[in-house]
Amino acid sequence: MKSLEELKAIREKMQGQVGIRKESDTQTRVVVGMATCGIASGARPVLVALSDAVQKKGLSNVAVIQTGCIGLCQFEPIIEVLEPGKEKVTYVKVTPEKALEIVDQHLVRGQVIGEYTISNTIN
Amino acid sequence: MYRSHVLVCGGTGCNSSGSQTIMKTLQAEIEKVGLENEVAVVQTGCHGLCALGPIMLIYPEGTFYSMVKNEDVSEIVAEHLLKGRPVSRLVYSETSKDGKVKPLSETTFYKKQHRIALRNCGVIDPENIDEYIGRNGYEALGKVLTGMTPEQVISIVLDSGLRGRGGAGFPTGRKWSLAKDLVKGGQKYVCCNADEGDPGAFMDRSVLEGDPHVVLEAMAIAGYAIGASQGYIYVRAEYPIAVTRLNIAIEQARNYGLLGKNIFDSGFDFDIELRLGAGAFVCGEETALMTSIEGKRGEPRPRPPFPAEKGLFQKPTILNNVETYANVPQIILNGSDWFKSMGTEKSKGTKVFALGGKVMNTGLVEIPMGTTLREVVEEIGGGIPNGKKFKAAQTGGPSGGCIPQEHFDIEIDYENLLSIGSMMGSGGLIVMDEDNCMVDIAKFFLGFTVEESCGKCTPCRIGTKRMYEILDKITKGQGTMDDLDKLEKLCYHIKENSLCGLGQTAPNPVLSTLHYFKDEYLAHVVDKKCPAGVCKDLLTYVIDPVKCIGCTLCAKVCPAGAITGTLKEVHKINPDICVKCGACMEKCKKGAISKR
Repeated sequence: MKSLEELKAIREKMQGQVGIRKESDTQTRVVVGMATCGIASGARPVLVALSDAVQKKGLSNVAVIQTGCIGLCQFEPIIEVLEPGKEKVTYVKVTPEKALEIVDQHLVRGQVIGEYTISNTIN
Repeated sequence: MYRSHVLVCGGTGCNSSGSQTIMKTLQAEIEKVGLENEVAVVQTGCHGLCALGPIMLIYPEGTFYSMVKNEDVSEIVAEHLLKGRPVSRLVYSETSKDGKVKPLSETTFYKKQHRIALRNCGVIDPENIDEYIGRNGYEALGKVLTGMTPEQVISIVLDSGLRGRGGAGFPTGRKWSLAKDLVKGGQKYVCCNADEGDPGAFMDRSVLEGDPHVVLEAMAIAGYAIGASQGYIYVRAEYPIAVTRLNIAIEQARNYGLLGKNIFDSGFDFDIELRLGAGAFVCGEETALMTSIEGKRGEPRPRPPFPAEKGLFQKPTILNNVETYANVPQIILNGSDWFKSMGTEKSKGTKVFALGGKVMNTGLVEIPMGTTLREVVEEIGGGIPNGKKFKAAQTGGPSGGCIPQEHFDIEIDYENLLSIGSMMGSGGLIVMDEDNCMVDIAKFFLGFTVEESCGKCTPCRIGTKRMYEILDKITKGQGTMDDLDKLEKLCYHIKENSLCGLGQTAPNPVLSTLHYFKDEYLAHVVDKKCPAGVCKDLLTYVIDPVKCIGCTLCAKVCPAGAITGTLKEVHKINPDICVKCGACMEKCKKGAISKR
């Protein structure tokens, strides 16, 4: 290593990974239902896709967290996006592809994808 | 990429409570359920809460598991990692009050702490240089080598007010500027004092184990500032984990070109070697340490000349403590104003303490200077176990003194501790309650200095021995008032005439206890009693004939056969045979046995 740029490259590569190890009140939390119902309907690949995308894009203020049964097993895989000071958004029947869209639209640009939300599915 | 990181503490504390086995089981269980590509297991340094080890932290949730057993691992993997349900019975109770998970930073143990020197401890894998770089590691070195003059580096450190964390509190920037300017050019050395020898202190060990690269980076910065190309870390051989991780870190830094020739293409060369100490306390003294690095017997020599002029191999040398170095990269990156904003008027920044003794949360804490002793003991430390009363806190180890209850609200900084007859020291903080005998404590520390005196100068070699003999006499009830006078005189003699810091400070534990706990000395000398019930020769165990029901339990447990009596009759202890082990008192269900 002979330059600051090389150091910076390693730092940026690692920051996404080491950045996972912190907690703060201002973090956006993306919660994935990972009970038996969730896993059976394919929550694992969704969780992995979300987590990878968030780290790759360096969204240091987003934590992808798993939780147990959310209680709407027929709509699994379910993910909830909790932004501080905003209302909870619940996405249902999520696939890894939809998850990536959610990252791009919702987490990066702040636009809720109404089509995938629970209110759109139930009503 | 991993969606979850499981951090297992690999510091010496958690290691000895079994964290290595837990790591292996964890890895195996994770593979068993096929999560090895989703969940990373990371071995970190010390988290500080050593009393609750082995410690496991799972991110991104931030779940803090304490006192994890090997049997618990499969449940954590199956429930938490696979299904996202934290195993609530293992969650550190403070983080899960009222059914809500509190962030670790809001628990009483961490709330008042401020981590600069320990910022990476417990967060990164100390054996992976990339993780250190990911937390802005080596950025300060890069900044210094590519854009600052040595003068600018020294002026930032000087302006920050950083003082030596090894005990005496000499301004670090002054030390550097002396080493740079007293002798112009030529071979110079940068040394790191990692010969942590105070009983009960383990701050430096934890930094070396948890974040070894920070020391390497800071030493390189110091080398650039004073014009040195070679560094030595003097670390005790009793710290095997620290030595291993330092070796790994040096190797990785060399491979990345962060140590070696022409670092960052700046023309600056710097390399570091380890020197292992054999565990002599006196080698923590700067001149003795350097003599030991030279390969000679570790004995101090008179100063001046000071190391900044003639140190290691008679060349200008700076020697700083591990914790001092751990502050340097952050000061370079954040500026001196940032560092100055913490602490008191003359003591800036934070200080790491190894909290031990009669306190709930024994472990490692880093607090801003100016935090009160009460906050450290009662809030961060969680108070004293078993509802006992605080009696004193000992800081500075064998060189320091005791802080009594009346100074419980003292704001901790260099000057304040000195003004009440103690000292900052390297950071050991031992809490004592009403069951500790202060004469016995003074005798313990004197016993340590007698053992560790190198023998080169007479006041220390013979004086401390004589002091120990007087203290021994007092604890055996044979002391006289004349002895107390002699003891005090001897203290001042040794302080004034010893060659190095070891002898000059050795009487401090005696002086401070004589000052604050004179009544206890008098009780030993005049009344021939030990108020705390520690000094065995001054104790007699007696059985209360009213309470004794003659159950024979005490007679059965007595190892010396000193208790006589038959079933349903009052028992008696023969004081001539009694060895004062206290076994009978523990066994008695009626509380009939007491010591006087």
